[in-house]
Amino acid sequence: MNATPLDTFLFIALPYVSLFTFLLMTIYRYRQQSFSYSSLSSQFLENKQHFWAVVPFHYGILAVTVGHIIALCIPRGILLWNSHPLRLFILEISALACGLLTLIGLVAIIVRRMTTTKIRRVTTITDWILFFMLLVQIAGGVGIAIFHPWGSSWFASNLTPYLWSVFRLNPDISYMAAMPALVKGHIVLAFLIIGFFPFTRLVHLLVIPNPYLWRKPQVVRWYGRKKP
Amino acid sequence: MQVRSQVSMVFHLDKCIGCHTCSIACKNVWTDRKGAEYMWWNNVETKPGTGYPTRWEDQEKYQGGWQSNGNGKLDIKSTSKTRIVPNIFHNPHMPSLDDYYEPWTYDYQNLFTAREGADQPTAEPISMIDGEKIDVQAGPNWDDDLGGSPIYAENDPNLEGLTEQQRLQLSSVERLVFFYLPRICNHCLNPCCVASCPSGALYKRGEDGIVLIDQKKCRAWRSCVAACPYKKTYFNWFTGKSEKCILCFPRLETGQAPACFHSCVGRIRYLGVLLYDAERIEEIARLPDDELVEGHREMILDPHDPEVIDAAKRSGISDGVIESAQNSPVYRFVKEWKIALPPHIEYRTLPMLFYVPPMSPVQATKPEDTISHSSENLFHDIDESRVPMKFFANLFGAGHEGVVRYALAKQKAVRWHRRAETVGDVDRELADRMLREANCTTEEADEIYKLTALCTFEERFVIPPMHREQAIEMMKEPHEHREETGFGFVGGPRRGM
Repeated sequence: MNATPLDTFLFIALPYVSLFTFLLMTIYRYRQQSFSYSSLSSQFLENKQHFWAVVPFHYGILAVTVGHIIALCIPRGILLWNSHPLRLFILEISALACGLLTLIGLVAIIVRRMTTTKIRRVTTITDWILFFMLLVQIAGGVGIAIFHPWGSSWFASNLTPYLWSVFRLNPDISYMAAMPALVKGHIVLAFLIIGFFPFTRLVHLLVIPNPYLWRKPQVVRWYGRKKP
Repeated sequence: MQVRSQVSMVFHLDKCIGCHTCSIACKNVWTDRKGAEYMWWNNVETKPGTGYPTRWEDQEKYQGGWQSNGNGKLDIKSTSKTRIVPNIFHNPHMPSLDDYYEPWTYDYQNLFTAREGADQPTAEPISMIDGEKIDVQAGPNWDDDLGGSPIYAENDPNLEGLTEQQRLQLSSVERLVFFYLPRICNHCLNPCCVASCPSGALYKRGEDGIVLIDQKKCRAWRSCVAACPYKKTYFNWFTGKSEKCILCFPRLETGQAPACFHSCVGRIRYLGVLLYDAERIEEIARLPDDELVEGHREMILDPHDPEVIDAAKRSGISDGVIESAQNSPVYRFVKEWKIALPPHIEYRTLPMLFYVPPMSPVQATKPEDTISHSSENLFHDIDESRVPMKFFANLFGAGHEGVVRYALAKQKAVRWHRRAETVGDVDRELADRMLREANCTTEEADEIYKLTALCTFEERFVIPPMHREQAIEMMKEPHEHREETGFGFVGGPRRGM
């Protein structure tokens, strides 16, 4: 393993700095500034374009993220699925479609924010930086799907081991050396976004309302006792 | 029987003069902030009229309240549990700013900085949201006093089911009629907003039934705004949190009436505790439309009944609150006299704010242009009042006229009884007959008269002891608690981090 200093910085130092910032800051923010945990929806100010921008983006990014997580968790399963060319094509094409859906949604979100003055007023600099990062990241992801095909297979075989080596605190970047620049950029930006995450509106995805589906419809709180 | 106490309200519409003092008191105390400019936790509407937000009663559009899902259960109309998941990114029935109005101010600075010219500089209206110049098309109370207006009054959703003649009667020139409907959060027993919140940020306080939004748990999923059929939860566009009427709980806890109650010029507002059976909420909310008003009333328990008192004590309700319930003016209006009715109970949220329907002017002309007085029907002027009974029924009786007529007839009987007593130009026998027909005794009539016309501050607002101190004592050393609690938020609520 003869990694260049730059690779060592980007694929060993940066991931740990990002992950550490993510963990520490999300917890700190949740405990100290729980009021700031909000999706900061702008639907109230503009209700029509909102649908065509926000819905495709969220469904797209959910599908893409789940895809990445599956490849991270069950790489063997993915490889097994891809062993048949038809199934590989289906996976690749649906992944690309989801990526495009996300990209279109994000572009619509950015255009909506830029053109509606009311919404521009409630968009902070942090938001703009975040939108720029996401735009580059998602466009890059779509680019990888087009120019470096069969990503579902090489992600599972080459990137999953690297990511796990990072999580296991024993980073092994030998897999990274051979990666094309586009892929390297995608990974670096991913870690940058993770590090930036706690300072942005993205925190709303940590408070996804999962207990809702199981709780009783009515909520009653008593002062000084747990149950009525 | 699971007894709970609820701070409840009665608005006596016959006394409302539409001065908006309540709205201003509320605005100055609670919503005079960035992001909340457009909110009126308390507003006063002209009826017939479109209200605020525009046509809020049109549930075809807003999809507020509950509906039966076919197998005997109730579902939230806008986003039921199964529908919230696919709709969480974009709430399909969320009202937007245009349904309320865009708040504005005036560009006063221009008066000082305008270049010298031939004309006087003006202060043009500018939006309070983006600072751009706006052409004001709607504002707070934009339809105030516009009874008879083809834009506002004729678009009132409560006109549904009225005949063409009844509609004409409401709006014909020189004979048009309107009344006022002050509205705050109803602090319902089966609140749709609470049930719809994906984060569980909304809750009902166990001790007094006040419905609140936990600002630290709200994540701007916006479900409550769409779910509340009365449109009394609002979205703060700046902080990204929903907000609503808090019934001035900091005032109530210190024994003061809420700001809108305290400031009411017409003294139309009453506040007091009602005890109710919490086990029956679901059963009552599912009743068919024509049984809802009665069922809702039935759920409210008699605070003088020893059995109820026992059950209340078992449920942890203190003696002070029970005593307060026994003196509650709301109990008398709603349960004893049955002249206060819940608004739009067909939404099935079981509102705990009740309205005494207003008397309206007598219809002075008949189709043949002669004024007739029929001595056979003593209540003919109620049956033929200028505001058609059907209109009141749509507002306060889930479309059914019986309960509304009862309330109006009793009010009229009380008036005639008092007239016979004090002025003497009404035959005593006639007054007694009216009381009999209105199902009212002389004692009751005097009581109604007293609480309506001569009520003191203490009679209108019977505020229960909240016992927050004792509740704290049970949990920890009060001195320790005092050191730990501050003012809640340090620094004003901001948007994002």
